[in-house]
Amino acid sequence: MVTTHDTPHHDIPGHDASEALAERIRRAEAEGTPLRLVGGDTKAFFGRKVQGRTGEAEALSTREHRGITEYDPVELIVSVRAGTPLRELEAALAANGQMLPCEPPHFGDDATVGGMIATGLSGPRRPWAGSVRDFVLGTRIITRQGSEQRFGGQVMKNVAGYDLSRLMVGAQGTLGLITEVSMKVLPLPGASRSLHLDMPLKDALEKLAEWGRQPLPITAAAWLDGALHLRLEGGPSSVAATAERLGGDELLDGFWEALREQRLDFFAAEDPRALWRLSLPHHTPVLEVPGVTVETDVLYDWAGCQRWVRSDADAEAIRSVARQAGGHATCWRGAGGKAVDEPFTPLDPVIEKYHRNLKAQLDPQGIFNPGRLYAAF
Amino acid sequence: MNTQYDARLDGEPPRIAQAEVLADLRQALPGMTLLHREEDLRPFECDGLSAYRALPMLVALPETLEQVETLLKRCHALGVPVVTRGAGTGLSGGAMPLSHGVLLVLSRFSRILEIDPDARTARVQPGVRNLAISEAASPYGLYYAPDPSSQIACSIGGNVAENAGGVHCLKYGLTVHNVIRVEVLTIEGEHMTLGSDALDAPGFDLLALFNGSEGMLGVVTEITVKLLPKPETAKVLMASFDDIEKAGDAVGAIIAAGIIPGGLEMMDNLAIRAAEDFIGAGYPVEAEAILLCELDGVEADVDDDCATVRRVLEQAGATDIQLARDEAERALFWAGRKNAFPAVGRMSPDYYCMDGTIPRRELARVLKGIGDLGEEYGLRVANVFHAGDGNMHPLILFDANQPGEFERAEELGSRILELCVEVGGTITGEHGVGREKIHQMCVQFSPGELVTFRAAKAAFDPHGLLNPGKNIPTPARCSEFRLTKSAGDAPAPTQA
Repeated sequence: MVTTHDTPHHDIPGHDASEALAERIRRAEAEGTPLRLVGGDTKAFFGRKVQGRTGEAEALSTREHRGITEYDPVELIVSVRAGTPLRELEAALAANGQMLPCEPPHFGDDATVGGMIATGLSGPRRPWAGSVRDFVLGTRIITRQGSEQRFGGQVMKNVAGYDLSRLMVGAQGTLGLITEVSMKVLPLPGASRSLHLDMPLKDALEKLAEWGRQPLPITAAAWLDGALHLRLEGGPSSVAATAERLGGDELLDGFWEALREQRLDFFAAEDPRALWRLSLPHHTPVLEVPGVTVETDVLYDWAGCQRWVRSDADAEAIRSVARQAGGHATCWRGAGGKAVDEPFTPLDPVIEKYHRNLKAQLDPQGIFNPGRLYAAF
Repeated sequence: MNTQYDARLDGEPPRIAQAEVLADLRQALPGMTLLHREEDLRPFECDGLSAYRALPMLVALPETLEQVETLLKRCHALGVPVVTRGAGTGLSGGAMPLSHGVLLVLSRFSRILEIDPDARTARVQPGVRNLAISEAASPYGLYYAPDPSSQIACSIGGNVAENAGGVHCLKYGLTVHNVIRVEVLTIEGEHMTLGSDALDAPGFDLLALFNGSEGMLGVVTEITVKLLPKPETAKVLMASFDDIEKAGDAVGAIIAAGIIPGGLEMMDNLAIRAAEDFIGAGYPVEAEAILLCELDGVEADVDDDCATVRRVLEQAGATDIQLARDEAERALFWAGRKNAFPAVGRMSPDYYCMDGTIPRRELARVLKGIGDLGEEYGLRVANVFHAGDGNMHPLILFDANQPGEFERAEELGSRILELCVEVGGTITGEHGVGREKIHQMCVQFSPGELVTFRAAKAAFDPHGLLNPGKNIPTPARCSEFRLTKSAGDAPAPTQA
């Protein structure tokens, strides 16, 4: 069911460029030339350079393929084309009292919906609300044959066929061009308050584990600069009662967006050290990384499950610390802001084999973002 | 349809005799229980979809991971298909055996390996029952959210295979949203960890791909699930309506008020009467529809939301609204709903449960369509509906002893699913495609989309040894189905 409504819910501009995109892909497939799939190009740093036959691959932009194709707020589902600016989608949802609960980072004004899906990055609400992948209900992709295909759907529950729609999230366009996505949306919280509680790091991590077992309306928790920063969201009654119980000072509006967009001082580009992202299990203790001061060189987001580390330590040293704790480490930005050859944690050999198999099945000629995730595919 | 595996339509089966496979596996796995006599195989001939039966070639009941690994390696070497089965409660024939395949039964893997209250996770073997996880987590104030109606009996391995749902999906998600890590053995006997104890893992999201893959990409041998803190309180409102359309509109009005209920269920008159007769839940038997709306969370918020929902229901024209007075009455209200299938089963010698999902706004149209189709086929249909998430369970009443009635029920079911696809929905919300809905896949997906599904399968199981004949139809099957459809009275299916 493809209908483009121009209802008051979403009067943002729409344009269907799928045929042009498909045509370009058919040509690339016929010639065997790699394409660099791109939306707003705000997250180019997140991954490896896409190699063409000579130099960087030719870009194929989704920007012209834009607009909301279906949005009925009562269904809690929005379907939107990949090239739609993320801020336009968020504004259309907010106008109807709704939101993307996964709170995706933008990293620039031009961020698109397609980029959110391809990178799969989620914001501060992730541990409580879920990730981008968790809110994806369906995707349309253009395959190497240049045919637009639909997986998942525009309903909340759908188990027909393999879940290729969620597989596309975080695959960075290496399996096909994402042209449209259907996502579950939720009402904006009735009340929201943010708190600043002075607290030593270890106490904060213990408190978060304790609170995690209780039905508290916490939807963001980060420790930095000697304090735990908390966001409470939910019904006005529970938010007020919890804020009173936890105490602390009111935290300024805008903190969570600054954290999500990496605009806090911690992320300053002038810092010559590499920036690492450690993804860790709940209740991981303070980790010792060689040469890293645990209070000042590490920012603890996601109640400690996502830790940002500034360090010059060797990649394997950092990866080994993350691995031993049951997680993994991504080199977000190399030392001196340089790109690194292997930003993502190397895959286990069996898993890598099946990644290569999937790539060989869906993109045997390697026209879709080859090498973007790993050199091998 | 003819339920049996059909070499012409499903692919050529291997030509290897039972005795040969038995001898090979006995030699490779001397300590493993391996059933081969007809009387021992008989109990395994079907899963929860009992109309679909086939006697497996052999039934393997391993107790160790090493046995599963060796079994897979041997079957891979011999080219013998493997169908994995858990508790056998599935409703789509996903674990229906093959007469030329080994049925790998994981029911002996029934240990809860670890509950970590601080990380809020449970690590369990695939044969652990869904409800047993919540029971084990309960002393820590935690629980496992997805709760299919079969949760007393169904196993978590099967839940992963089908991406099972339940009555709390709108707020708490499906199995895929609540499983963080699985251990997998491939058809070649290789070991993989998909997902992570952390909130994400490097590479493709193979964990998402494996959830709901119906045992066709690998065998899941261990599962780590997320546990949630039990809500401080949960309250249930039951609203009666004299018109099913009003009940449908009330659902939209609750969501429009900014409320996400923990559970939101609808039953029509036939289902209400069946449940009331069976359970005595206090349902209003004269109502055309009831809505059960559960609100859970922190006490103060739940009280506020109850007041809002009550107001919304009144405005939507509810003829009666009851708030469950206490925990006992709340449990009773739910007992009626959770036992709706067996309750309907008591009204009729047999019933056939459908599982389509539709956009909620299409409810009135689809219910009317189901009513019309029921009349056309001369069969009664009771409707149970996960109203919050649009997942419908029309229950077709029939008598298999009446010649041709099962076939009529099946055809009616097929028409209902096609109606779901027509309004923008899907043929299965939570039960899976299995063997049952293999033809409707040809309706919901284009030939090109089916090619892509087969490509994903080939990446993991190029020889098609894991659960062949399920979930993704072959081109031959879809061609045959389209020919049959266009030859009959019904219009040819429109392509998605």
